[in-house]
Order: sequence, then C-alpha cells, then structure tokens
Amino acid sequence: MLELTQIFKVFYEGTPDEKIALNKLNLSMKQGDFVTVIGSNGAGKSTLMNVISGKLVPDMGTVMIDGANMTSLAEHKRAVKIGRVFQDPMAGTAPTMTIEENLALAYNRTKKRTLSFGVTKKRRDFYREKLEMLHLGLEDRLQAKVGLLSGGERQALSLLMATFTDPKILLLDEHTAALDPSRAELITNLTKEIVAKLGLTTLMVTHNMQQALDLGNRLIMMDKGQIIFSADGDAKSDLTVEKLLAEFQKIKGGSGLSDRSLLS
Amino acid sequence: MMTAMFGAVESGVIYAIMALGVYISFRVLDFPDLTVDGSFVTGGAVASIMITTGYDPFISTFAALFAGFLAGCLTGILHTKGGINPLLSGILMMIALYSINLRIMGKPNVPLLAEETVMTKIDTWFPSTWGILVFMLVLTLVIKFVTDLFLKTEVGLSLRAVGDNEGMIRSFSANAGWMKVLGLGLSNALVAFSGALIAQYNGFSDVGMGIGMIVIGLASVIIGEAVIGDSKIARATLAVVVGAVLYRIIVTLALRIEFLDTGDMKLITAIIVIIALIMPKVIDKQKAASRKKKRLAQLNADGGGPVA
Repeated sequence: MLELTQIFKVFYEGTPDEKIALNKLNLSMKQGDFVTVIGSNGAGKSTLMNVISGKLVPDMGTVMIDGANMTSLAEHKRAVKIGRVFQDPMAGTAPTMTIEENLALAYNRTKKRTLSFGVTKKRRDFYREKLEMLHLGLEDRLQAKVGLLSGGERQALSLLMATFTDPKILLLDEHTAALDPSRAELITNLTKEIVAKLGLTTLMVTHNMQQALDLGNRLIMMDKGQIIFSADGDAKSDLTVEKLLAEFQKIKGGSGLSDRSLLS
Repeated sequence: MMTAMFGAVESGVIYAIMALGVYISFRVLDFPDLTVDGSFVTGGAVASIMITTGYDPFISTFAALFAGFLAGCLTGILHTKGGINPLLSGILMMIALYSINLRIMGKPNVPLLAEETVMTKIDTWFPSTWGILVFMLVLTLVIKFVTDLFLKTEVGLSLRAVGDNEGMIRSFSANAGWMKVLGLGLSNALVAFSGALIAQYNGFSDVGMGIGMIVIGLASVIIGEAVIGDSKIARATLAVVVGAVLYRIIVTLALRIEFLDTGDMKLITAIIVIIALIMPKVIDKQKAASRKKKRLAQLNADGGGPVA
C-alpha cells in the first residue's frame, strides 16, 4: 500500500547547518498495517510524514501509494488518498466555519468540488450519524462554529474528518501530544476504534512509548533519518517500555540520558 | 438636504456591490487586495468606452464585470504562482491597471452624459424618482443573495476554508492556489461591475475615480459589521450592503459641515475607518472595566472566596 524506497532528504545543504533528515530510508506497509513510529526529536519522523503527505519532496528516492508513484505529486492531489491529523488541534479544522461545514469540506476530499450545496438534508443526516461515533454529543451541535470547541473536541473532529472518507493511508502526527492525559486517552481510544473498524493503513508518530506499544501491529524506531529498530506482530506484543529503552541504548551505544528522558 | 441624502442612498446601494467584492477578498479569503483601486476604474472604463462606441449599456456593463474578473485572477496568479506577497501583488496590479485603464479610455475622462446608459434606460422604463434606487437595490440584493448561496456550495465552502485555515484545506485535496485566484477574480468582477454602474450613474468615467476605493470598501465592511454583526454569512453580507449605504450617508453629513469641502473626502474616509476600527475595542475595554468594577463591589459586599 505504501512503499518508500531510498528516501533521502537534506536541509540547508552545503552550509554549516546541513542536516540529513532522512538517510536512504526504506519502509513498506501492507494494506491494513498500523505502524507506530517513535524516535527522539530530530530523528526525521516529521520529515517522513511530510514526504509521504507531499508537503516536502525528497531529494532522492520514490514514494509509492496504492501502486502509483507519488514522489513529486502536489500535496493537494495526493490528499485524495491520504487522511491526516496534525499535532495542533487547531490545524485540522476551519475555526470560523460550523461543524457541518467542516465535515462537508472533508467529505469532498475524494470528490471533485462542484456548485452543489455542501450541506443538504441528506448529507446532514450522514454527518450526524458519523459524529455519533465520537460519543461527544457533537451531533447535536452541527451548527456550532468549530472555534468554540475545546482542543479535545476539535482533535476528535479532525480525526473523524480525516477518516470518514476511507483514506488509503492515514497519517497521525503526534495527534494526542497537545492534549491533557484524559483527552489524549479519549483520542487514542477513538483512533484504535476507527482504524480497526475501517481497517485503515495507518502511520502514527508519537512521543509516548506506551501509546506506541498499545496501538498498531508494528513499531519502528527512528534515529538520524533511518529506521534503527522494527518489531512486528508477536515481537511487538512482547515489547515493554523497558525493553524498548534497552534496545535504544544498545543501538545508540548507551550515549543518551537526554534521549531517554525525551522518549519516556 | 433631502436630495443630497437621497443621492447618498442611491449611490451607496451601487457602491455596496463593490463592498461585497471587498468582503470576498478581505474577509472570506483574508487577502487585503488593493487591486480594487484599479479594477473599479477598469469597470468604468470598459463600460464607458463600449457605450460610447454604440454597444448596449447592459452588455457593456457585463463586459466590465469580465474585465474585473480577469484583473483579479491576474493578481491571484501573481501571488500564488509568482510567490509575491498578497499586499504587493495587489499594489502591482493596481499600478499596472492605471496605465491599462488610460489605454482603454484613450483619455483621462470619458463623458457619458449624452449616451444611452443603464440609468437612462431605467428612467425610461420606470419614470419615477425612485426608479433607479429600487432597481439598484433589487440588483444589489440579488447579488448579495447569490453570494450567500455560492459561499455555501462545495466550491464556496473551500473558498472560505482557504481564508480560514489554508493548510487544512490542502490536506482535504483542495487546490488552495486556484481557489485564491477564483476568489480574487469574483471579488474584482463585482468591483468592476460596481465601477461600471457608478460611471453611468455619475455620467462619466475618470481614470482617478478608483483612488481610495479599497478604503471605502473596507469602511463599508467594518461599519456594517459593527452595526449589524457577522455571525452568519447572510448576515455578514447584509452588513456589508448596509455599511456601504451608511458610509455614503456619513460622508454626505460630514460634507454639510461648512469647513469641509469635497477635497476632504479621502481624509473623512480615513477618519471614519480609523474610528470604526478603534471604537469597538474602546467599547469592549469599557465594558470589561465596568464588569470588573461590579465584581469588585460584589466581592467587598460578600467578603470574597475562601483563602487557601
């Protein structure tokens, strides 16, 4: 479903600030895979997300999604196949527009936009039914402006908007990091529920190791623009936070107290 | 006095179409588009030249609308494809249009007094003092209504989302760049349409008639929002129309003051906008201060909350 081959991306090339964000990275995901990505700051996780979503074009390598080469396809064109939830709860919704209008925007992700109304009676019923999945009572507030919602509600709405049109790939970029623990848990559970229900191929970046272990069928650890550790299926189920940290220490050569604190 | 007021309302209703255009760029797209100063004249220029060469005034006025659409699209392309900042793209287009408008007209001023215009046609159809006002009011309200409906379509929604959260709408596969081009095109189409009608209303088009038009548009939008509010699209566009008429009334009243003359119009406009921008903040501050005072009095009366 997703095939990344020899992805290389460097920033500020030829200056003292030169930074290799992705170093010949290879990643292959099958239909229905749910991969969690961990790694310290600067490991290249965000760059990886941006290369897949099309916000950045890699200097080398190819990005294949659903059998099509999308390496240099514009961001908005790729978005037909990709659902995204951002770290910032404000980033995934339009604040001055109502909940139903936001859902209408999301509804058009896979379709051409026309001059028919975005919110009709039939569509409204459909949106309401989808909102019920969130158990937040948003289905009764269809005409409320999204800017009035709390961060947790907005992030839940963003998650719904990114997923209810069956994306080929779902990208979650630390989407619970800006929420308080109980809201973060709510979004984590919703993510689990929605991904399982729709069987979405998902890539999730997180700084929370427990979350990375709880969710998904595969875990990868990144460092210096490469995947340095990967565990699938049973190997992943046997992992604990301690084992992961030990693994990280082993690979890094026991250099990082700061990395340890960043990861846990 | 009454005639002056009547004229103010009449022209205010026509200027409201321009203000609706400014609303689309300034509020919906969040794009401060200075093209308006040029495209308003482009509308007047295209319409008046076509009328003087013998075209039907209605066809001429619609041609002006298309000319404005093109000008707006060009500003959008300068910004999205050329990567020029919004303010500068508008300024560049405005200055380019000054020369283009002179080329279209061939001279700085084209009189229309002897020609058959939309206004003279209305006068022959409805021979009443109210004819032009009623006709223009209906036209403006139809445009307002169509704008409301358009902003609720799938395309209209994504246009609004571009102004609200551009990164988000990209992630939902909308081409934000072309959306901006389309929005600026529509905005300037309305501006030029209004310019064409104003030229026919005044009986001439002049290369300088667009100076400060963007500020007048902004004044209309801001005054309207202060008076009517902008909680819903339909309400916000109504506010713009009312604001445009109010602006004309305020200016007419200001010009009654002995000391001021027509040359002071732009200064009056600037002052109106400054007041309209600052007043809501001052009022909010005063409201907050009075609430605080009340709460303090309450606190002193009941002894306050528990001390931890």
